[in-house]
Amino acid sequence: MKKKNNSLLNRLFMALVFVFLYAPIVLLIVFSFNAGNSNTVWKGFSLDWYAKLLHNRLIMQSVYTTLLVSLLATVIATVAGTFAAIGFYAMRRKLRDPLMTINNIPMMNADIVTGVSLCLFFVAFFGLWGDFASWFNGMQHLVRLPTRLTMGFGTLLIAHICFNIPYVILSVGPKLRQMDKNLVDAAMDLGCTWMQAFRKVILPEIKPGIVSGALTAFTMSIDDFVISYFTAGSSASTLAMTIYGMTKKRVTPEINAISTLLFVTVLVLLAIVNIREARQERRRSAELHRV
Amino acid sequence: MKNKLSHFAIPYVIWMALFVVVPIIMVVLYAFSAAGGGFTLANFARMGTYAVVFLRSFKLALIATAVCLLIGYPVSYMMSKEGPQFQRLAMVLIMLPMWMNFLLRTYSWMSILENNGLLNQLFQKIGLIALYNQVFGTDLQYFRLINTQGAVVLGMVYNYLPFMILPIYSVIIKLDRSLIEAARDLGANTFNVFRRVILPLSLPGVLSGITMVFVPSVSTFAISKMLGGGTEMMLGDLIEQQFLGGAYNPQLGAAISLVMMVIVVVCMWVMNRFGEGEEQAVMM
Repeated sequence: MKKKNNSLLNRLFMALVFVFLYAPIVLLIVFSFNAGNSNTVWKGFSLDWYAKLLHNRLIMQSVYTTLLVSLLATVIATVAGTFAAIGFYAMRRKLRDPLMTINNIPMMNADIVTGVSLCLFFVAFFGLWGDFASWFNGMQHLVRLPTRLTMGFGTLLIAHICFNIPYVILSVGPKLRQMDKNLVDAAMDLGCTWMQAFRKVILPEIKPGIVSGALTAFTMSIDDFVISYFTAGSSASTLAMTIYGMTKKRVTPEINAISTLLFVTVLVLLAIVNIREARQERRRSAELHRV
Repeated sequence: MKNKLSHFAIPYVIWMALFVVVPIIMVVLYAFSAAGGGFTLANFARMGTYAVVFLRSFKLALIATAVCLLIGYPVSYMMSKEGPQFQRLAMVLIMLPMWMNFLLRTYSWMSILENNGLLNQLFQKIGLIALYNQVFGTDLQYFRLINTQGAVVLGMVYNYLPFMILPIYSVIIKLDRSLIEAARDLGANTFNVFRRVILPLSLPGVLSGITMVFVPSVSTFAISKMLGGGTEMMLGDLIEQQFLGGAYNPQLGAAISLVMMVIVVVCMWVMNRFGEGEEQAVMM
């Protein structure tokens, strides 16, 4: 009897924590259907804010920037991170350990420090580039290099790749270490080139690590505000930056609508992934039983 | 064979040198240089005037970390005792809010905590404010919730709680079950099993959780601005002001960033001293 009680209390505590985690999200979703323009007073159901959202250039543009930079950064970081992880894995420990320490810096460092350091770097680089370009343009007249570069989508993308790669490496690395080392050697002995060994032996073994690394990278990109804020300049703006700009004046309820749309999209995607995984697991265990 | 594969890392090593090492060197250079160039320690001396901000940041971040630990540890422990299906669902539920940008969630808290926000409306409905006024003889229309240090701590706890739960949970779940059984066979009760076996073994997860909550908390600037109303300035706000705000002074900003980096290094050093396996813990 006592044990039962205890576990009921546990569940209650956990339920409270989940309520705490989801209350603000539920609030955003509920008030995205509000007829009034307040987040605190309910004036009846309407879809106005969704209709207005479609015509809000500022928000739509920043959603587009957010998704584009997150997707591009995830793809690039996943490919680069996987190759880097394989490279690190094949290195001698003495070489690998200091490199892994450097790799961990953007992950462990405070976001604001990463953002600030990249900002300083880009500004200094653009200064040097300006000097070089004007010298180069003065030297010849065939090619004209732009002399004034500014921070924008390009620097934003570089920054996102920067903080995404470590997460990919950290989730691919353990999978490589779990892999049977002899497999690669066996493949090579049997006549595989190293490219084939990579494609046919290593890649299938580390695929779960790559997928979870990509997922983490995408999450980090979507969730990031601070590093983007320091590296995007004034020409590119992610959704988070747009909202931050709005909170100084007035946040329009279209934000509720876009939050809801994004959240529902994620929910559906996650549900699909989870159901597929569960189904595969069931099939696998069914096959095992048959054998 | 192995040597050939190690060439795969070369592009990334160059990338790291360019976009990780050089930027950090730039921060160090800026921190030690005067506005017109030349070596100086004045940037660090000037930080003395901001001692209040330093103290406030540390105080709020420590409180937030402690609260996260007090909530996060029990949650992780209870989760690990549930069935696999429940665990999986709980993990997804804990990760899911992170897919909504943290600024959106913090913005939502603004409308909950406002003077005529949902929480104050609720307090009014259930008569809490009237009760408070009667007991203390005051004449409040609402409780002051937003623009307080409490609101900033709440925002930190809310945003960084998953960073505490994930590493602790991943360590507890990997604990060798036979150790717990052995302790029980040797006569330890539930409390002693927890205190003598589970708690010490989960320490690496706890430490990495503490780091992962403390570092972003002490350096936050959006949360303090949105929920603290700009009155509760923190280290992050201070740095932001030096680069993008009114008080343009990148040298001072770099110096404060350098101090922050030292804090992170100290945190990592402490973590590394407490045994191996924390790399996995960080990753969950």
